[in-house]
Amino acid sequence: MSDIGAPVRRQGPPVATTIKDAARPGRRASRFPELDVPPASLPAGVSRTSPASLPEVSEVDLVRHYTRLSQSSYGLDTGFYPLGSCSMKHNPKVAETAANLPGFSRLHPLQPENTAQGTLELLWRLERALCEITGTARATLQPPAGACGEMTGLLLMRAFHDASGRSRRTVLIPDSAHGTNPASVTLGGYQAVAVPSDARGLVDVDALESMVDEDVAGLMLTNPNTLGLFERDIERIIGAVHDVGALAYYDGANLNAIMGRTRPGDMGFDIVHINTHKTFATPHGGGGPGAGPVGVVDRLVPFLPVPRVERDGETYHLIEDEPRSIGRMHGFHGNIGILVRAYVYISLHGADGLRTVSDRAVLNANYLASLVRDTFPLAHPDVAPMHEFVATAAALERATGIRAMDVAKRVIDLGFHPSTVYFPLVVDEALMIEPTETETKETLDAFAAALVQAASEAHTDPDLLRDAPVTTPVGRLDEARAARHLKLRW
Amino acid sequence: MIATIGVASVDALFEEIPEGLRLTAPLAIPDGVSELEIVDDVHRLAARNRSADELVCFAGRGAYDHFIPSVVWALAGRSEFSTSYTPYQPELSQGVLQTLFEFQSMICELTGLEVSNASLYDGATALVEAARMSQTPDRDRIVVAGGVDPRLLETLRTYAAGPGFAIDVLTAPDGRGGVPNALEPDVAAVVVQHPNVHGLLEDVAAWSASAHAAGARSIQVFDPTSLGVLAPPGDLGVDIAVAEGQPLGNHLAFGGPYLGILAARLSDVRRMPGRIVGETIDVAGRPGYVLTLQAREQHIRREKATSNICTNQTLMAIAATVYLAWLGPEGYRELGERCAAKAAYAFEVLCHLPGVTPAFPGAPFFKEFAIRLPRPARDVIDSLVGRGFLAGVPAPWLGDDALLVAVTERRTRTEIDAFGEAMGMALA
Repeated sequence: MSDIGAPVRRQGPPVATTIKDAARPGRRASRFPELDVPPASLPAGVSRTSPASLPEVSEVDLVRHYTRLSQSSYGLDTGFYPLGSCSMKHNPKVAETAANLPGFSRLHPLQPENTAQGTLELLWRLERALCEITGTARATLQPPAGACGEMTGLLLMRAFHDASGRSRRTVLIPDSAHGTNPASVTLGGYQAVAVPSDARGLVDVDALESMVDEDVAGLMLTNPNTLGLFERDIERIIGAVHDVGALAYYDGANLNAIMGRTRPGDMGFDIVHINTHKTFATPHGGGGPGAGPVGVVDRLVPFLPVPRVERDGETYHLIEDEPRSIGRMHGFHGNIGILVRAYVYISLHGADGLRTVSDRAVLNANYLASLVRDTFPLAHPDVAPMHEFVATAAALERATGIRAMDVAKRVIDLGFHPSTVYFPLVVDEALMIEPTETETKETLDAFAAALVQAASEAHTDPDLLRDAPVTTPVGRLDEARAARHLKLRW
Repeated sequence: MIATIGVASVDALFEEIPEGLRLTAPLAIPDGVSELEIVDDVHRLAARNRSADELVCFAGRGAYDHFIPSVVWALAGRSEFSTSYTPYQPELSQGVLQTLFEFQSMICELTGLEVSNASLYDGATALVEAARMSQTPDRDRIVVAGGVDPRLLETLRTYAAGPGFAIDVLTAPDGRGGVPNALEPDVAAVVVQHPNVHGLLEDVAAWSASAHAAGARSIQVFDPTSLGVLAPPGDLGVDIAVAEGQPLGNHLAFGGPYLGILAARLSDVRRMPGRIVGETIDVAGRPGYVLTLQAREQHIRREKATSNICTNQTLMAIAATVYLAWLGPEGYRELGERCAAKAAYAFEVLCHLPGVTPAFPGAPFFKEFAIRLPRPARDVIDSLVGRGFLAGVPAPWLGDDALLVAVTERRTRTEIDAFGEAMGMALA
């Protein structure tokens, strides 16, 4: 089992030794060619008077420092990463090879379109594939992350309602939604209104139907929802929204569960965002980059951001002149290097492969759920989960005082990255677990065994959990102190 | 596995999906292929592009062909960094967190400001965040200098449709300047770009003074390769400095992934958007790093958050950190000096060609400048592609004949001379 979850171990000098600490006056790694033109003189008074105090280090200092820091980071290549809602699946290496081809990586964003035909063709093909997967007509690839995709969607809603001359005030969001949803709603100039969940963990449709009126601009929903459950009343939900002239927005966080099985567009959604770093396995880089393409149905196409890629025979164009467009969501064309990787992922899998991705994601989640649910009960046991499930440590907490976070920290010492904890907010002591399709049965068995072991230790040796983790470069960190005594730079 | 779950088949796991919504035919996308075929496919596509390896690049306007030393992606590309998620479990993420702390520290050193966040999407959206950060209930107007890139302005206008701030755009009489004498009391911030869209230097201190006289914040859009030679924003009265971070070790990549840089004064730290890393101690008193001030952010404040940002551009910030440490203080200054020297030389070479004139004669610039050509700039760019050069970027707001030319430390005198010669032939 040693290859399952090789955790980050304490090694080398204390982690907090910064590159500044390694610096010595006069050392440097950089060297420029001799200046082959006359030096320029800048006008008086505009110059920097004292040098920027950057670290003075040699190349070997630099390499060892950041290599050591990389070794105190846990990536997907390190081990299992069952963060619920994040779809941390294996990132194929060939996608890196593709994105790093100089033909893609050394292309200037403002060079003439006839010198960028390969990239434009790739973007066109990717857009077609994303529209097919989501059941939408056209898509913008510009938003650099999911939250920006949400903002794009809200601006599309606003433009649509403005064009029809009926301004609206509110956007409905389930109470289990991710925090970016309400934040995006506010930034889009709308008021977020929470829709309650019912005992099953699904949208309370009766409540929803009593809440919709002509003030509602739209509804934002994930399906499967944030609890990992499929909203089986989705047609009734969207019907209620459409009946008052509002739009339905699909948050693509959980698209990994349904590819090739059903499509947001077929459910009736008007706007769909996709997180390429979730569904299409683009590396998330320690928190970014992502990419958040947004697909829309026909009636919203005129409002999509510019520039847009259009095809004319074998030639591709970037179109800027779209008078009804909401404008520009990114300074250039979006996170193209990430979109190249998403294209590679989709090409590798194809139609059958993507369906298999979702089949295995759902199979793995249900298998893991059946191994742990006796120990950590499912928050909503009446509906079978899809690609992820939310279990609860509430009973364990009542019996032993051990909390979900303690379990997570003990799991680290047992060799794994833990699941998401305390999200969604509507579940007490939540453990939100998403194994993804790329994990083997052996890994799932070992992770389940670790969770069961931790729960047992909570009764027999609770300090093992309270003091965890002890194998990592640092133990539990004082977050309150970090916010109280701000130290944000050296 | 099926037996353990207690279902008959995988299909049974999808029974929650109403029958009428289930797809009955495969998705209409091509069948999956082997890695070998994918590699052939992407090589063929990449070969349809003409990259900066083929065309000597003089294009800029926010994205520049600077040299990227091998250490940058040898380190930032390590898969422990690239395949990790947002550091929600800090004990497993000290490397990412510490590198971001070092990034924040270096950005503070460059800008002369007190706090930096851990990156935003890109320069344009960083300006949007700076504008929002400046907004208060009684100040919802953003005044933008005429020298600010129209591309940034378009982005600002797009996002302004949401929170509803007003935008006033000033005119730049000589391609720069236009500092207002007096501002209305509802102005939240004044935005100046220095060096500006024409590459020209602005009197940032005067812009800051104008903003401060009206109780508004001063926002500067800066070029992160310029601050080895130009005074840091913090010394010019700037309250919020934002930049496109691509020039710091990140690939051109047709526009992204890049990174947005945002630095500010400590008094504004609780208004700052995005992830911020702070140093603290662990249970044993050892120093360590965490995401901090999270009470500002969307996952805590939800609809009351001032920004919706969740994913940022951490990996690009890691690359920028390695690049800045590679440069060191001397290298950072030399970088700026070389950009300025090569640009000044290219300016002389081009302006000696018949029919080519400076768009703003006598105005000092950093690494980019605007010229007027005897023919439409787009035609000249197309013609020079045939001669192996990416001649620059059109500046249609100045007229069809205006061309922006950017020159980085990477360009040699030989390349610049050849560029001048090719331009001469294209115009003949």
